[in-house]
Amino acid sequence: MKTHDMDATRQDRRAVLAGFGAAALGLLAWQGAILKPGPAQAKAPGRVPGRIPNPTVITHEGKALRFHDDLVRDKVVAISMTYAQCTASCPATMGNLLRVQKLLGERMGRDVFIYSITLFPEVDSPQVLKAYAEKFDVGPGWLFLTGAPDDIESLRRGLGFRDPDPVVDANRTQHANMIRIGNGARDRWTMAPGLVRPEQILSTINHIDHSVVHTAYAPSAPETPRQGRGGIPT
Amino acid sequence: MSAQETEHASGQAPASTGRRTFLKGSAAIAAAPAVLTSRKSGAQTAGFPASPPVQPWAEELPAQITPIQPVASLDPAPTVSANLAAGECGRGDHQRFAELASNPVHYVLRARENPAWVFNPAYPPQPVWGWSGTPATSTDSGPTKGKGGGGKGGPKKNPPPVASDVTAPGPTFFARYGQPVVVRIINELPQNHVGFGSPEISTHLHNAHTPSESDGFPGDYFSASKAGPTLTMPGAWRDHFWPNVYAGLDEFGGIGDPREALGTCWYHDHTMDFTAPNVLKGLVGFYLLFDDLDSGDERDPNPAALRLPSHPYDYPLVFGDKRFDADGMLFYDQFDPDGVLGDQVCVNGKIQPVLRVARRKYRLRLLNGGPSRFYALSLVDPNFVLRPFTYIANDGNLLPAPVANMTTIDFGPAERADIVVDFSAYPIGTELYFVNRRIQTETRRYDGLTGTGTRVLKIVVDRNPPEADLSRVPATLRAMRPVSAEEIAAAPVRRWDFDRSNGQWTVNGKLFDLFRASASVRRGSAEVWEFVNNDDGWVHPVHMHFEESRLLSKRVQGVDLPVPLHERGRKDVYHLPRGPNTVLRVFVRFRDFTGKYVMHCHNLIHEDHAMMVRFDITS
Repeated sequence: MKTHDMDATRQDRRAVLAGFGAAALGLLAWQGAILKPGPAQAKAPGRVPGRIPNPTVITHEGKALRFHDDLVRDKVVAISMTYAQCTASCPATMGNLLRVQKLLGERMGRDVFIYSITLFPEVDSPQVLKAYAEKFDVGPGWLFLTGAPDDIESLRRGLGFRDPDPVVDANRTQHANMIRIGNGARDRWTMAPGLVRPEQILSTINHIDHSVVHTAYAPSAPETPRQGRGGIPT
Repeated sequence: MSAQETEHASGQAPASTGRRTFLKGSAAIAAAPAVLTSRKSGAQTAGFPASPPVQPWAEELPAQITPIQPVASLDPAPTVSANLAAGECGRGDHQRFAELASNPVHYVLRARENPAWVFNPAYPPQPVWGWSGTPATSTDSGPTKGKGGGGKGGPKKNPPPVASDVTAPGPTFFARYGQPVVVRIINELPQNHVGFGSPEISTHLHNAHTPSESDGFPGDYFSASKAGPTLTMPGAWRDHFWPNVYAGLDEFGGIGDPREALGTCWYHDHTMDFTAPNVLKGLVGFYLLFDDLDSGDERDPNPAALRLPSHPYDYPLVFGDKRFDADGMLFYDQFDPDGVLGDQVCVNGKIQPVLRVARRKYRLRLLNGGPSRFYALSLVDPNFVLRPFTYIANDGNLLPAPVANMTTIDFGPAERADIVVDFSAYPIGTELYFVNRRIQTETRRYDGLTGTGTRVLKIVVDRNPPEADLSRVPATLRAMRPVSAEEIAAAPVRRWDFDRSNGQWTVNGKLFDLFRASASVRRGSAEVWEFVNNDDGWVHPVHMHFEESRLLSKRVQGVDLPVPLHERGRKDVYHLPRGPNTVLRVFVRFRDFTGKYVMHCHNLIHEDHAMMVRFDITS
């Protein structure tokens, strides 16, 4: 079973590398732009157990934001990891998150935010992610994030998208298909598998969102208009 | 530094003491800048900084336990349907309530925070979540009146904490077959809590024959301001109907088949996605069940009674693994996909406590309360010489016959072992220890045994009993219903493969679906379930709710092993060892009630990561 996985892994990796060729020009420009860490990121950030990393990330709109301070601190968030070239489980998970976005309705971008962080920041420039986002018709409150590879790596590990088996962990194409769900204000975190039904992902988001009383998806329930938790800094 | 700071502070700018210490501890991780190497080194850092040293044998456990007392009545009186108007959450209707709930014994159980629990004198007093069996407090006029619930008035104000009566583990129930219980469980956990743990509860009575709506289904979590996805309304409380009937009501009438009795049960939170942190924070307690055979009275004149050592010489002990930060505060990493393996072992909520015993026989009921550690517990003298005991019950179920001269209790999360130790063999002043010899460095698997192990509980034989010890361990305990070869052959077989795919813990390649049953079985039917592990990288303690079952065969890494004597009783947790080609076959009946139940890995971090299946019993 394990051997089989590793074979599949090697094939995936070849496929991914082949796919990179087309974007090579953009890749060079992107690395030049991003791989100059600022003073705060001079050293690779270490993981502090139990705490959210706070590196600078770049959105698909090209904005530079601090991950914890700007995107998590006072928000309810659902975070996935993906990459533009992914053909394995990502499309299905993206489809699932799109359904969650629809179920969330007006809460998206007001009370709940979805972040999809790239697993291949070397390749996924903001422009690449923007094109990827447009393919999926994502609405407000859903950001695709990239950044300096070390910073993205600190996020990947800090958010728990990792595996204790070093062979599995080193293979970014076989990443944990998980959605990290959290409430920044309450510092309460859990996860939902990427491929369970969207209503279940929604009920987990509703569980962790302290302003929501009924966690089950109820299409007929009237939505309570209320103040959002504040948007993303522009 | 306060607990809140320790638990919260994700990304808070000013570095606290705890943060500095963790940074120091993780310096090796931080020092690897290159992507590939950092990935490699990162993958090897499963561990966390060790808990600070404790002061051993500084605190004593009570010489005897104090069971929870019933209340005369509940106001408002329990109802078949949820009493939404009085603030009960929107649970399903009680099944067979008119038939089985005549003259029930009533209890009130409150989930609350104790702000100043002491795990060990070396650590600061700190908040835990536990239970109070006190029906009402001075700050709270009654269990239900004026609670609003229902989301109408929003979350009610949390009552001020009452430290003294909130314990973790909570109070022990002495229940009896034929005496139904209605327990009103009130959620008074701080709704504005910050940090790990979620202040909703869904209480599972592990592993009583309980109707579905009172079984603590993971989606049935509630608080005054939150309704789990399988509830219709939020509420500050809910009534659990624990009928205290044996399985086999439909077949045998009366209160069922006495051969199906359970003895050592425990109640614990089962909230979806949050069972590990909530149990870690203390939401566990014992529920002991007695009947005419195991009557809880060693002087019982009834000739049929076993007269096993009884209260106050019947003593439950829950073992829980916990880790503490540099400030001595309970630690849990909400982001680690493998959870946190505790490096301190709490016994009834205390680290390295002392239990003083009289020179006579005791019944000790040991429970592995998790979240993730496996134990090999032995009783040793100060020279680490193994001292024998008699093993009488596995998973709370009395065996057909005791197994004498055992020296190790080898159990995984949620398994139980009742043993009888005869302390009359030791002179006054003798000091004995329970040691854990199991080596484990990751939550997902364990290794071999150490020679001497770690001392987790000290026992001091310090007095002669005030009266003669009339208790005994008879040569036969509780008979089992025979299972014939024909019944087994006729039973449909279901296979459950405990595996990992796409970085997730799966059962048959799937993840827990709250809304859909993976198996649907008819009430009154029987099946053979096969639990399979085909990987050598992990083990799983597999738990089935609602029914006890029988281990038919045990194949470990392709080798058929004889089922050990102490596993030949009825069980509800099966420790599935490393694979490949590891298969446990169990025979199980589904009786008397219908509705939704779960079967899951009881390594709580795996459970919270959706290694669970729903099964429905249909009429």
